[in-house]
Amino acid sequence: FPGLADVSISQDIPVEGEITVPVGSHSPDEDYSTLDEPVKDTIMRDLKAVGKKFVHVMYPRKSSALLRDWDLWGPLVLCVSLALMLQGGSADSKDDGGPQFAEVFVIIWFGAVVITLNSKLLGGTISFFQSLCVLGYCVLPLTVAMLVCRLVLLAGAGTISFIIRLIVVVAMFGWSTLASTAFLADSQPPNRKALVVYPIFLFYFVISWMILTFTPQ
Amino acid sequence: IACLVMYLFAEFDDAANLLAANPDATTISIDEPVEIPKNQHSRLQEPGREEDDELLGTDDSDKTELLAGQKKSAPFWTFEYYQTFFDVDTYQVLDRIKGSVFPVPGKNFVRLYIRSNPDLYGPFWICATLVFTIAVSGNLSNFFIHLGKPTYHYVPEFRKVSIAATTIYAYAWLVPLALWGFLMWRNSKVMNIVSYSFLEIVCVYGYSLFIYIPTAILWIIPQKVVRWVLVVFSLCLSGSVLVMTFWPAVRDDNRRIALATVGTILLLHALLAVGCLAYFFDAPELDFPAPIIPAHNGTTVTTKSH
Repeated sequence: FPGLADVSISQDIPVEGEITVPVGSHSPDEDYSTLDEPVKDTIMRDLKAVGKKFVHVMYPRKSSALLRDWDLWGPLVLCVSLALMLQGGSADSKDDGGPQFAEVFVIIWFGAVVITLNSKLLGGTISFFQSLCVLGYCVLPLTVAMLVCRLVLLAGAGTISFIIRLIVVVAMFGWSTLASTAFLADSQPPNRKALVVYPIFLFYFVISWMILTFTPQ
Repeated sequence: IACLVMYLFAEFDDAANLLAANPDATTISIDEPVEIPKNQHSRLQEPGREEDDELLGTDDSDKTELLAGQKKSAPFWTFEYYQTFFDVDTYQVLDRIKGSVFPVPGKNFVRLYIRSNPDLYGPFWICATLVFTIAVSGNLSNFFIHLGKPTYHYVPEFRKVSIAATTIYAYAWLVPLALWGFLMWRNSKVMNIVSYSFLEIVCVYGYSLFIYIPTAILWIIPQKVVRWVLVVFSLCLSGSVLVMTFWPAVRDDNRRIALATVGTILLLHALLAVGCLAYFFDAPELDFPAPIIPAHNGTTVTTKSH
């Protein structure tokens, strides 16, 4: 530090003073004392964060909130609800029915991990959990599609219901892929974007296939 | 003619090595047309790219042939070591895929496209795509075949995905391992000019599986003749890529061993295609009603159970 080169403290000048910072009795430091707040506040804060991210996924804008404050609650809730809704298919003793609960879980989480590793190996700058968070949250449109499919299947299982389901699933698949690409594509080197987007496309395609081929027993 | 082809292979190897040493030189060989510098030029003149990055990338990969052994110098427990296997750009992957689908006679896939930069992106994601393509196409094809039957209830057959995944990934990794071990063993006995690293073999096998993806989609067509024509066609294309890659590595060996190696490679490749067709796709022939047996019921219709 050039400005302080000629400052010297003589040995016989006692250095004294107070180094305690006066703290106001009601200073707003929620970051440090969340231990004392009511449980409702804690839960509502997390729920609001999850809800805000859901809104971000449904209306993808170039916002970094999804990336900055990542959490995995939303993906967990979506994954569990999707896996539950995919049950009740051909779940009797026949072996080659629909996917089991564990299979859906494994596909979603293992697939998300593999895609994240792939994008990091290709030189992406996004962090591991941020990418998992984005990929998990962008399953939301497909979960909505699954809900709609189950409702449509309650009404009947003919050709018209199949066409409706097909249109809904294809639309939501496109929405998922576009939403996740909007969040993830910026962190990739420019000449490798397609290499990173393709596995995401494949991942949501497999999930859409599972949703579309769901047949209730 | 075989001798001439072998001679051309030798010429091409020398030319490729010389070109790697000096990427801007134009090579003129008496026997081969001047196609090598044209390849370089086509890469340089590709429109609409961030030219500087790609040019530097291409030159780097050429120069690193000289610095063999210095490229992957990160220790294997660091992340950077594995990043060296994903050091490809979009256009490189597309070029390699194109090279596997349209094999040019006389051009070695490894020398022409891999050029000491084998990647794991292509093999891994081509295998993943192939797994899901076969499972989905098989499911769709069975659905269409059995569509009108009253006793048919559609099932998604999700188990077959894991079986397909095991088969295809085992083929794409174990066969190159066995082949690499075999080539290393022969190398210790017979001095071969051409030898491949394990990753290069994995790369060739991975990219050669790409042709099966559109083949699997076309296998939905429920005609036996169409399916078998597709099998033969795709086998010719990918098999020729494999043969043209591995023939230079075994040609200096004992004649019978060389032919046996190449034959085994082709046989395994054919087995994969035929096996997938047989297991995932039901036979499209119609079920014949059995002759009427007047003993028990009025009419007995027995369908061929699968």
